[in-house]
Amino acid sequence: MQPFTTLTGIAASLPEQNIDTDKIIPARFLKTIKRTGLGKNLFDTLRYDESGAERPDFVLNQPAFRHAEILLAGENFGCGSSREHAPWALLDFGIRCIIAPSFADIFHGNCFKNGILPIVLPADICAALQDDATLGGNARLSIDLSRQVIIRPNGEEIAFEVDEFRKHCLLNGLDDIGQTMQLIPAIDHYEARLAASHDWMPGVMVG
Amino acid sequence: MPRTLFDKIWDAHVVEVMEDGTAVLYIDRHLVHEVTSPQAFEGLALAGRRVRRPDATLAVADHNVPTEDRAHGIAEPESALQVATLVANVEAFGVPYIPVTDRRQGIVHIIGPELGVSLPGMTIVCGDSHTSTHGALGSLAFGIGTSEVEHVLATQTLLQKPAKNMLVRVEGALPAGCTAKDIILAIIGQIGTAGGTGHVIEYAGSTIRALDMAGRMTVCNMSIEAGARAGLIAPDDVTFDYVRGRPSAPQGEALERAIEYWRTLPSDPGAHYDSLVEIDAASLVPMVSWGTNPEAVVPITGCAPDPAAERDPARRALLERMISYMDLTPGQKMAGTKIDVVFIGSCTNGRIEDLRAAASVARGRKVAPGVRALVVPGSGLVKAQAESEGLDRVFLDAGFEWREAGCSMCLGMNPDKLTPGQRCASTSNRNFEGRQGPAGRTHLLSPSMAAAAAVTGALVDVRELV
Repeated sequence: MQPFTTLTGIAASLPEQNIDTDKIIPARFLKTIKRTGLGKNLFDTLRYDESGAERPDFVLNQPAFRHAEILLAGENFGCGSSREHAPWALLDFGIRCIIAPSFADIFHGNCFKNGILPIVLPADICAALQDDATLGGNARLSIDLSRQVIIRPNGEEIAFEVDEFRKHCLLNGLDDIGQTMQLIPAIDHYEARLAASHDWMPGVMVG
Repeated sequence: MPRTLFDKIWDAHVVEVMEDGTAVLYIDRHLVHEVTSPQAFEGLALAGRRVRRPDATLAVADHNVPTEDRAHGIAEPESALQVATLVANVEAFGVPYIPVTDRRQGIVHIIGPELGVSLPGMTIVCGDSHTSTHGALGSLAFGIGTSEVEHVLATQTLLQKPAKNMLVRVEGALPAGCTAKDIILAIIGQIGTAGGTGHVIEYAGSTIRALDMAGRMTVCNMSIEAGARAGLIAPDDVTFDYVRGRPSAPQGEALERAIEYWRTLPSDPGAHYDSLVEIDAASLVPMVSWGTNPEAVVPITGCAPDPAAERDPARRALLERMISYMDLTPGQKMAGTKIDVVFIGSCTNGRIEDLRAAASVARGRKVAPGVRALVVPGSGLVKAQAESEGLDRVFLDAGFEWREAGCSMCLGMNPDKLTPGQRCASTSNRNFEGRQGPAGRTHLLSPSMAAAAAVTGALVDVRELV
């Protein structure tokens, strides 16, 4: 996983509430067996019309925001399915940070596994950042994960909360599995205990 | 200290707790399907890791499978590749697998309980948000992303922080025409699509206790539509009777010892809940969704909202967008809205009890002219049971299509999808824009309401037909 330390980039505003995972990446694009290549279909139905042409009014189609790396989203962003294709599509497009008043749980967790930083901030602060974003490339936002601050174009700093363990993983580009593998003795011990106390529990039998 | 059902299952599965409160949570059952697993197996292979507990894992293909004759395989190349990749992975890693042509094949959330793979008190995960279904057994079951699928395959654990407890208590007798689907749609309508975020919902009360396992699974299935990671219901005799005799469940004396343990799981008196929602079952009416998220529901006797009456501009814009996408007029009565397609099936409502309910309305009637109506059993075993009861004849005689098991038109990853502009009465779980096919329109409702829509050609109050 690519580490996330600091990021300075263009922010695009997509303030609609309840942007669901089908909107982020519709089910028909989930037939891939790879993690990459989904960026071209990110927000597919919002981004393209029936003929496949770009909708000029959609924010990521506008020249100022085509290279956005920060997404300013609305409440309950990422609700719906558990598909990790949603953060994969965002990452493949180039989004490394999403700021919203709230996120759906599974999507929020999936972001961290892919080097994307989701930040929760009160709606009024999100609205102020959205005003900044209207300036496009003339108003880049900076994010400093180790200090847990967003730096607005006017220099003002906004603090944000992040789970300590997840922050550690993002800063160092650590994947969870490698770390959990170090706990194998504890897992072995748990399993031995389980086998004794729950000896009635059979394995999966589909032979 | 008194503990909730969730607390007890959680505590029993904590392997270790890190400094910041993140727990290493042991996972008893891992269900795997073709869409969210290829990249996880690829990750394992690249790192030279094995599947830690194949005997706690079950794989099946459900999302991409055609629901027509399967003798010729899967026509669509990408779908075929995804299923072939699953087959190659289960062989390489020694994971138990139910082939597409096996009579036990079906939607992962239907077959887990059906085969006794999902049991009370367990932690159960799957790379699919509707894993919450299995909570009906009194287990902690939730959907995970593909990185977590790989994590479970490699370590049989997940890194998790405990959720908050929400109690949804439904009391009273369910009125005629109302089903478990109407209960959960009403709950989501009340608490909203983000109402359960950060919580695990425990459903309780006399109405929930009176539901059979199929109904309990319908309720738990849609917990994720309220934003909750999981939903669960305390195991009781209904649960134990359901589990008894299933192939992967404990048998005989082992089952009795299991039940003894499972009886300790229900929440203790005085256990703390972070939030409480109370629903009076007597107030329920058959429900239907009008908009493009599952909180946008009204009783079938109700109307689509008028956005002009909404003061909050953001909320008004959302209502306007939903009304426009759904091609409704503000204030339009839901009953009488013409439909093009009916879909009966999915992990929400693809069980035998659901098909019986739909068949009881379809019996002796005909699908309205111009309406396409599909019945897609949740599993091959559900299909076989329905056929043994003659339900296939009821549906076929009425003009419904009787198909093979799979996720089908719930999300249109196989050939079953809406064409742009089509309006569908669907027993599935999500009415998002384009969910059942690009530019398709979905109205969520119960199986009996769906059958009623099929035979009248419009959304209709099922109570007028029975």
